[in-house]
Amino acid sequence: MAADLPPSTSLKPPTKKRFNWRTFPWWLVAIGLIIAYMGFRIISDPVYTRIFETILTGLGATLMVTVISFICALILGLLLGLGRVSRNVLIRNLSIGYIEFIRGVPILVLIFTISFAIVPALSNGLGLNASNVSLTVRAIIALVLIYAAYIAEIFRAGIESISRGQMEAARSLGLTHGQAMRYVILPQAFRNVLPALGNDLIAILKDSSLVSVLGVREITQVSRLSVSSSFKYEETYFILTAFYLTMTLVLSLLLQWLQRKMSSNVH
Amino acid sequence: MSTKLATANQPMISISNVSKFFGDFRALDDVSLTVDRGEVLMIVGPSGSGKSTLLRCINYLEVPDAGEIIIDGKHVTPKEIDGKFVRLKERGLNAIRAEVGMVFQRFELFPHLTVLENICLAQQKVRKSSRSESEKVARGLLEKVGIPEQANKYPPKLSGGQQQRVAIARSLAMQPKVILFDEPTSALDPEMINEVLDVMLTLASEGMTMVVVSHEMGFARKAAHQVVFMDGGTIVEQGTPDQVFGAPQHERTKLFLSRILH
Repeated sequence: MAADLPPSTSLKPPTKKRFNWRTFPWWLVAIGLIIAYMGFRIISDPVYTRIFETILTGLGATLMVTVISFICALILGLLLGLGRVSRNVLIRNLSIGYIEFIRGVPILVLIFTISFAIVPALSNGLGLNASNVSLTVRAIIALVLIYAAYIAEIFRAGIESISRGQMEAARSLGLTHGQAMRYVILPQAFRNVLPALGNDLIAILKDSSLVSVLGVREITQVSRLSVSSSFKYEETYFILTAFYLTMTLVLSLLLQWLQRKMSSNVH
Repeated sequence: MSTKLATANQPMISISNVSKFFGDFRALDDVSLTVDRGEVLMIVGPSGSGKSTLLRCINYLEVPDAGEIIIDGKHVTPKEIDGKFVRLKERGLNAIRAEVGMVFQRFELFPHLTVLENICLAQQKVRKSSRSESEKVARGLLEKVGIPEQANKYPPKLSGGQQQRVAIARSLAMQPKVILFDEPTSALDPEMINEVLDVMLTLASEGMTMVVVSHEMGFARKAAHQVVFMDGGTIVEQGTPDQVFGAPQHERTKLFLSRILH
């Protein structure tokens, strides 16, 4: 029987991916061209080169604020998310209250409120001098307190996405609620929310520009300062835009690649 | 001290006057039942008859609104001491649950852990056994359920029948005094049902106390000591498999059996 079949190779689908103009990411090419054009201008035009070098001095601050804020917000957000689904009435209500409070106020307003009202009040309460708390630290505190609320909602959704049967199976084996959370629910929830967390990393990178209002010398603030003396609005803000676009695009592609890698490893 | 002497005679599970409401719906209505040591009790009945709810009340995954459940002499439900009802502490409840295995319709294996890790988790975290010790137990149990070669795979890679056998091994790892089976074969493809039933028959022949919610008549005839027919949250009929299946007394039982036996 098997001998009658045609050679199996002819039945296999072609292994080489054919070019498909419908699914090709044209948008990526377009944005890539814009960034490449800006790169070309920066290299060839001394005015662009000077502005680029000026903005570059703020990149360290932008990245530092973003990374530290994101890591701290992840930790606080996980705790808040767990509080959000806690069976303890007090903890649950405190968590929900905090999350809804933060989500109900614009981020820019919260940055002012936290930096100039809450941080000084807290330092006074602790007997410290608020003027010792640098603006960068205040900016990080503000972003952490704000993003923790958004990340908490992501974790809540992740925890609730795991079927009730998983918790019941863990409890029926004698695991405590905490153990079931830690060893059974959270590892699965975490995997489910990785894409959403990646989006928040990109969001926090973009929102780090808001702390320029505190005078933190990150790329947006450096650009504003530069423009106020050079008056080169067009060049400066185009380069600044290219900075953010490059970083978010690279991050986004990196996260997509990571996600694909993880889903191909899925058991 | 006095309870120790009585242990041999007292039932493994004693359920008295248990009721459970979901809102206005009466899922269980004054149910009383005892399961002796080594007994295989089969619960049959139409869907919504309260059989799964009863099973879930036994290890307190569902909290009964009234009545008393005692497992191996330990109160699962609040215990009356000097006229006051004292709720079992969380720790005591966990200890009881560790001794009451449960096998679910949808297996509920932990998909992010390998088969071996699934079976080791509770041994390590609840019983505090070492890694090597728990893995030895796990491999022995996988041998027992006939799939030792699947130890390092992740559950979603296994067939339904294999997954359910891992789930049985997982509950056996805690050396339970009783195992509750909640429709263990109803999510399986027909050709996989027997491999799970065979494992259950082995357990029954070894003297494991089992409460099985299922409509597998073959298993009932081979292994069950007692069959309970439930409908509308109450026990309608109760007896040996021959009595309940062979000569049902109540109209509802007859009607139900005629439907599932064709």
